[in-house]
Amino acid sequence: MTATVDPEVAADPLPPRRRSRAWAKFRRNPSAILGGAIVVFFLVVAILAPLLPVPGPAETDWSAVRKPPTAAHPFGTDEIGRDVLSRMIWGAQASLLAGVVSVLIAVALGVPLGMIAGYMRGWTDAVISRFTEALLAAPFLILAIALAAFLGPSLTNAMIAIGLSAMPIFVRLSRAQTLSVMTEDYVESARAVGIGHVGLIWRYILPNIFPPIIVQGTLTIATAIIAEASLSFLGLGQQPPAPSWGAMLNTAKNFLEQAPWMALYPGIAIFLVVLGFNLLGDGLRDALDPRDT
Amino acid sequence: MLAFLGRRILIAIPTVFLISVFVFTLQHLLPGDPILVMAGEERDPEIIAALREKYRMNDPITVQYLAWAGNALQGDLGISLRTQQPVLELIAEKLPVTIQLAVMALIIAILIGIPAGVLSAYKKGTWIDWLANIIALSGLSVPNFWLGIMLILLVSVRLGWLPASGYLPLSEDPLQSIRVMVMPAFVLGTALAATLMRHTRSAMLSVLKSDYVRTARAKGLREGVVLVKHALRNALVPVVTVITLLFGELLAGAVLTEQIFTIPGFGKLVVDAVFNRDYAVVQGIVLCTGIAFIAMNILADAAYRVLNPRMSDQ
Repeated sequence: MTATVDPEVAADPLPPRRRSRAWAKFRRNPSAILGGAIVVFFLVVAILAPLLPVPGPAETDWSAVRKPPTAAHPFGTDEIGRDVLSRMIWGAQASLLAGVVSVLIAVALGVPLGMIAGYMRGWTDAVISRFTEALLAAPFLILAIALAAFLGPSLTNAMIAIGLSAMPIFVRLSRAQTLSVMTEDYVESARAVGIGHVGLIWRYILPNIFPPIIVQGTLTIATAIIAEASLSFLGLGQQPPAPSWGAMLNTAKNFLEQAPWMALYPGIAIFLVVLGFNLLGDGLRDALDPRDT
Repeated sequence: MLAFLGRRILIAIPTVFLISVFVFTLQHLLPGDPILVMAGEERDPEIIAALREKYRMNDPITVQYLAWAGNALQGDLGISLRTQQPVLELIAEKLPVTIQLAVMALIIAILIGIPAGVLSAYKKGTWIDWLANIIALSGLSVPNFWLGIMLILLVSVRLGWLPASGYLPLSEDPLQSIRVMVMPAFVLGTALAATLMRHTRSAMLSVLKSDYVRTARAKGLREGVVLVKHALRNALVPVVTVITLLFGELLAGAVLTEQIFTIPGFGKLVVDAVFNRDYAVVQGIVLCTGIAFIAMNILADAAYRVLNPRMSDQ
């Protein structure tokens, strides 16, 4: 499910006073702070993975195959004796990287297209809008599966597939925001003093359409992390032996009776990190909502 | 209303055309040559040439597209390279399975999502509201394939209450069919319930502030009557359109749910077709899904106009 931002919410530019008010509102929201803390925790774990005192993610211990959690292996071991905790820590890198990079791809392609559509209007807008609608008509995951299959199974290709599938949301949002900002007096004034198209877009439109894009981006990272896990679960994402939460679940489903811990922990990790991004995104949306001050 | 529908259908035509071009081009760029797969291990050049001729693989891509689109307009979506069945027949065969799953998931989502949304809005700012929001957000954050695996472990493996996989047509044994499908439907319905809860809460919050609700309360009506008859009835207008738009979510969710519970439906057909490079089936599925999604969008707009008479003048 891709949560979306109401285009009406942030047509408003963000002057410094409102920015500090938004920050104060964000800080007062415990859910948003909790979400931020979860995200920071997973980011730190992913970045510090090589320094943490755990066995290597591909290190096998044939004397400890499918062993339940112990002091030596707090989350147990998998079907070939690898440490589940270690693979989860390294898997965090794949998940977070996939979430962030695919959203960056979607933003890098979607925002300029949406701004061009909203700014130029007419035929350009019609063509971009129809193209966006066509992409939106295919359900997100089905489109991502088809694209991942077309590009070939790998983490990089999964990120590209998810990014392309998420792009239409950003085209729509930035188009709606651009149309709204274009009616503002300061844009009219800038146009009247002879500022060119590029200057107008770069200096006046882009900074003012950015808050809802950041909110949407945060919420889409959550969707992208689930999508990457889904693709890896289907065998279209991260390839073995590289660790990934989705791929770990794919293997784990074959050993449910013998080693349930193999399925339990990676799923909790996906749930927590996605919940973190959702809480953070919701908090940002509430803080930046000009209708609710 | 007819003029509105006509206008919406006309606007949808270029979108359908773009979907068809996109789907056709994409699938022809898939890695691997299905003709080689069909030709078997011996790969007799004569057989390969005959198969290429049969499936028009030697024609330029534009000619192939025109032929494909022309046939598709007449309901002929080609033949599955793997099973040799007509694609439309294959889709029609699998669709009832997914429709049963989707309808059951939607019923579960409505039964959980709408009451939770009403309660959360009514108790705004209390621990009930906070709890309902946390549960809804958790429902949106939990990967449904993991939830499926965990439920199989708990309900089927440990408790032995429900079967872990399989499918039985509703027509053969309705009770057993529902029993087999209830766990996958719950898994698929969880995220939808969360979405519905959030939309219902938001719609109820704005309706509860309205004058007619205040008037109903001032008249001394019981709170239950005010909530259900006055507030919920109006709050359901946007929720109904959201339900219509959840169609895409249901189909996408079905892909993984059917994979986990080994249900021979539309979602499993998508994955099998992608992995077997069954071009015609993937084309047919994405095209049908896209068209159905557009149709659902038009239906959602129409439903909104019917339920909200103020819109019909616009």
